[in-house]
Amino acid sequence: MAFLDRAARSLFLTELLGGMALTLRYMFKPKVTINYPYEKGPISSRFRGEHVLRRYANGEERCIACKLCEAVCPALAITIEAEPRDDGSRRTTRYDIDMTKCIYCGLCQEACPVDAVVMGPNFEFSTESREELFYNKQKLLANGDRWEAEIAQNLAAEAPYR
Amino acid sequence: MAEFWSGFLLPLIIMVLEILAITVPLLVAVAFMTYAERKIMGAMQLRQGPAIVGPFGLMQPFADGLKLFAKEQILPEGANRVVFYIAPMLTFFLALIAWAVIPFDYGVVLSNINVGVLYLFAISSLGVYGIVMAGWASNSRYAFLGALRSAAQMVSYEVSMGLIIITVLLCVGSLNLTDIVRAQETVWFCIPLLPMFVMFFISALAETNRAPFDLPEGESELVAGFMVEYSSAPFALFFLGEYANMILMSAMTSILFLGGWLPPLPFAPFTWVPGIVWFALKIAFCLFTYVWVRATVPRYRYDQLMRLGWKVFLPLSLFWVVLTAGVLVTFGWLPK
Repeated sequence: MAFLDRAARSLFLTELLGGMALTLRYMFKPKVTINYPYEKGPISSRFRGEHVLRRYANGEERCIACKLCEAVCPALAITIEAEPRDDGSRRTTRYDIDMTKCIYCGLCQEACPVDAVVMGPNFEFSTESREELFYNKQKLLANGDRWEAEIAQNLAAEAPYR
Repeated sequence: MAEFWSGFLLPLIIMVLEILAITVPLLVAVAFMTYAERKIMGAMQLRQGPAIVGPFGLMQPFADGLKLFAKEQILPEGANRVVFYIAPMLTFFLALIAWAVIPFDYGVVLSNINVGVLYLFAISSLGVYGIVMAGWASNSRYAFLGALRSAAQMVSYEVSMGLIIITVLLCVGSLNLTDIVRAQETVWFCIPLLPMFVMFFISALAETNRAPFDLPEGESELVAGFMVEYSSAPFALFFLGEYANMILMSAMTSILFLGGWLPPLPFAPFTWVPGIVWFALKIAFCLFTYVWVRATVPRYRYDQLMRLGWKVFLPLSLFWVVLTAGVLVTFGWLPK
């Protein structure tokens, strides 16, 4: 009987038809994908994207060249050189992040005492050459100016948990 | 001169125009078939499919075609140059010439020959040559294995396909495709010959190397089968030929089992629609099912494929030929 049962099942294609019915039902379900470059999925306020260097509201850069981020960076991606500025405050003369080394662990952001280096929400910074990924201070500050609104909002949202 | 004009040139021009009237819509249909396939498979996998080029991505096939033809042609070292380029042309050419005998409506057929089914069958069998030539001429192991598989597969499924066609011919009493469609005016053959219809459809899948029988190009083990070494325009020709073959097989299924251009019910609202629209709808339904099957079932293993062809389809179709013949003789229903 078991043989007959199996033979009848395969002859009448019952399982195949069941599978086909399933795919047909799925065809009318709502799609799970989005039109990526035009629509984007939600990003957490803790998202660790491209780095930025922030400024205070008066335009003064936040970084005080404490080099904690350089020390904590496990990938040795950050290079900092610093000396006192004319007005006596300690500032960086060089702040480089090698984005090809960075592992996006977020430790630099955690280490920073003045919220100067922050990982922003931007993840679309691919380049056509390797050299373009060696960010210098100027590029990082420009990033900070560009993403300040989003970053301030994210930091405010995360403040209760830090 | 008048003799030359009316006896030769005018018929020639008319014939060329008729051929263009068939092949141009066919190639457009092939283009949109690739689009429809990606859209339907996308929907079944909860994706969107192509949606960027043109409205709803409708221009996608043309973008793809342009991309293919703009690419570099590569001739592999050690390839047989002549055969290498003839193979895709042959595949494409065979997929197109079969349309000469397909009736689109009553009397709307390029050449109404009395052995239409035989012609179609011969052309679809010749399709193996394009594949074998491609596999051999590429001088590559993958291509050669893919070609061998494909040849074995197409030959095995042609046997049962032949028997299935014989069943239809027994019920019609003619090899003329127009007569086959007209014999279905009372009832489409897919109803009395339902098992044959299903088997014909599955064999057609195997014949066109479609999933779940797409072993010749099984990308997991053979990269792309017989067309690994092809690029640019020759690859595009293979692609076009393959999809044109699918449309051809759908047309054959519609003519043999789904009543060709006949409306589903022979009265008023259905008979207002022209026959060619019904025919196109039936072809579209078959093509949709091709894609539907591809989105549903995984690929067969090679020995399973051969087992299905020789140990299941061949005895079943042979049995059904005998059964049909017996029933026709017993009840005196044999066509005159």
